[in-house]
Amino acid sequence: MEAIGNFLWSIISFYNFLLIRIVIVLVLMLLTAAYLVYFERKISAWIQDRLGPNRVGWKGSLQSFADVFKLLLKEDIVPDNANKMIHTLAPMLALFVAFTTYAVIPIGPGINIAGYEIPLVIADVNIGILYILALTSLGVYAITFAGWSSGSKYSLLGGIRSSAQMISYEISMGFSIGGVVLLSESLRPIAIVESQSGWMWNAFVQPIGFITFLVSAFAETNRLPFDLPEAEPELVGGYHTEYSSMKFAAFFLAEYANMLIASTLIVTLYLGGWQIPYIETLGLSSGLVVALQIAGFLLKVALLLFFFIWVRWTIPRFRYDQLMSLGWKVMFPLSLINIVWVAFLIMIFKI
Amino acid sequence: MSEKNIPAKKRIKDLTLLEKVYVPEIFKGLALTLKTMFRPKFTMEYPEEKFIPPSSYRGRPILVMEKNGEERCVACGLCARVCPPLAIEVQASETENEKERYPVRFEINMLRCIFCGFCEEVCPEEAIIMSMDYELAFTNREDAVYGKDKLLVPVNQSSDKIGFLRSYR
Repeated sequence: MEAIGNFLWSIISFYNFLLIRIVIVLVLMLLTAAYLVYFERKISAWIQDRLGPNRVGWKGSLQSFADVFKLLLKEDIVPDNANKMIHTLAPMLALFVAFTTYAVIPIGPGINIAGYEIPLVIADVNIGILYILALTSLGVYAITFAGWSSGSKYSLLGGIRSSAQMISYEISMGFSIGGVVLLSESLRPIAIVESQSGWMWNAFVQPIGFITFLVSAFAETNRLPFDLPEAEPELVGGYHTEYSSMKFAAFFLAEYANMLIASTLIVTLYLGGWQIPYIETLGLSSGLVVALQIAGFLLKVALLLFFFIWVRWTIPRFRYDQLMSLGWKVMFPLSLINIVWVAFLIMIFKI
Repeated sequence: MSEKNIPAKKRIKDLTLLEKVYVPEIFKGLALTLKTMFRPKFTMEYPEEKFIPPSSYRGRPILVMEKNGEERCVACGLCARVCPPLAIEVQASETENEKERYPVRFEINMLRCIFCGFCEEVCPEEAIIMSMDYELAFTNREDAVYGKDKLLVPVNQSSDKIGFLRSYR
């Protein structure tokens, strides 16, 4: 009996409670994605002078669960012209990318419970930023596969647009991150957060990089000013026109999970992660400080998510050529200027 | 005609530099949507909160029931005569009362009724009036034919409407 107990404990406590941390992050992500859908509908309603969903649960708070349940009960249709294997693979890939990216983003500094040093990140890897860049650019395959394998012209156009958009904006995104990495001298997300102590947040140190990264993040997540892959008026539903039931729900969930990742990434890279300026001067106990820092991180992410939704219901969609000229003629040079600016800062102040 | 003769098309409004930068314009839009978000909403949450119509409203037609429990209608048939979609059917009979006539059968087919209010206008006795009731739903055609049981409504329930009719007619 004791042997079984020891074995179970060894599994649970493996690598600083890795399994428990994964479960917590996954549940948090799924819940956040579900409530993002709810708040998206609510905020869009408020902006358009409506009330929004208010029938299921208190003030409609269970609406997204009802939606998921409805989608589960729907018929799963695969078109005759579709390449069935890739058609099935695409939503899985979208979800895989959305869920795995979160592994390297730190929620807070490490905490110490009963002698165990527990880092508040699933994997503290020293190439974290590269890992995120690699996976988010893998995400475009999900959309392109979905567009190509559906055997429909609308889906194909959506997939092509998505890949073109991703290529254009990945570059300015990468160069913006270059500025951050120059300052922190590390690709480790935790080191990047720790380099932004006090008010030295990257958003204030390199505002141009912040703006270019923010805009690229909008393009990467296919959110509204750049949601050409699913432009409803032109392409019916874009890349997910031919998807129904749970496969459609997977794309939907992946979109919101991507939004969450983009927000946490912006907070980590530019808004100081879990850091609250001058909190150590208040003289609080270390446990309270950590709790406040986690709350601060979540608050920053929540505000950024609200910004994402807010922008979506304010700005109209770009035309395809405008999107390309913005990406190559504005965003790309701006991110290069940002790198030069950061280099100057380092040269003058020797940070 | 040479190219020179065609006047260059003037744009109605050339964009200023600030507008071309686009970012300030984005913030203007964001401010507008944020302001709209906190505006009170006009939506009426219907089943919980019901619309109370003004007394000039033309809801479903009803027959006025006097305080003694009898209808005011004298079965003259004018309403049935004037009804454009022929929704009203009246069958008259005699009674010992002072008014001498009453409808044995009075049916309005609510699937036919167009809520024009002609019956109300033509009625010499103020016996058929358009009520303020707008919640009309039936599950079959038979239920849609309203007989005297559904049409008769006590006079005190529609005093607003009768008052309106007297002041504006």
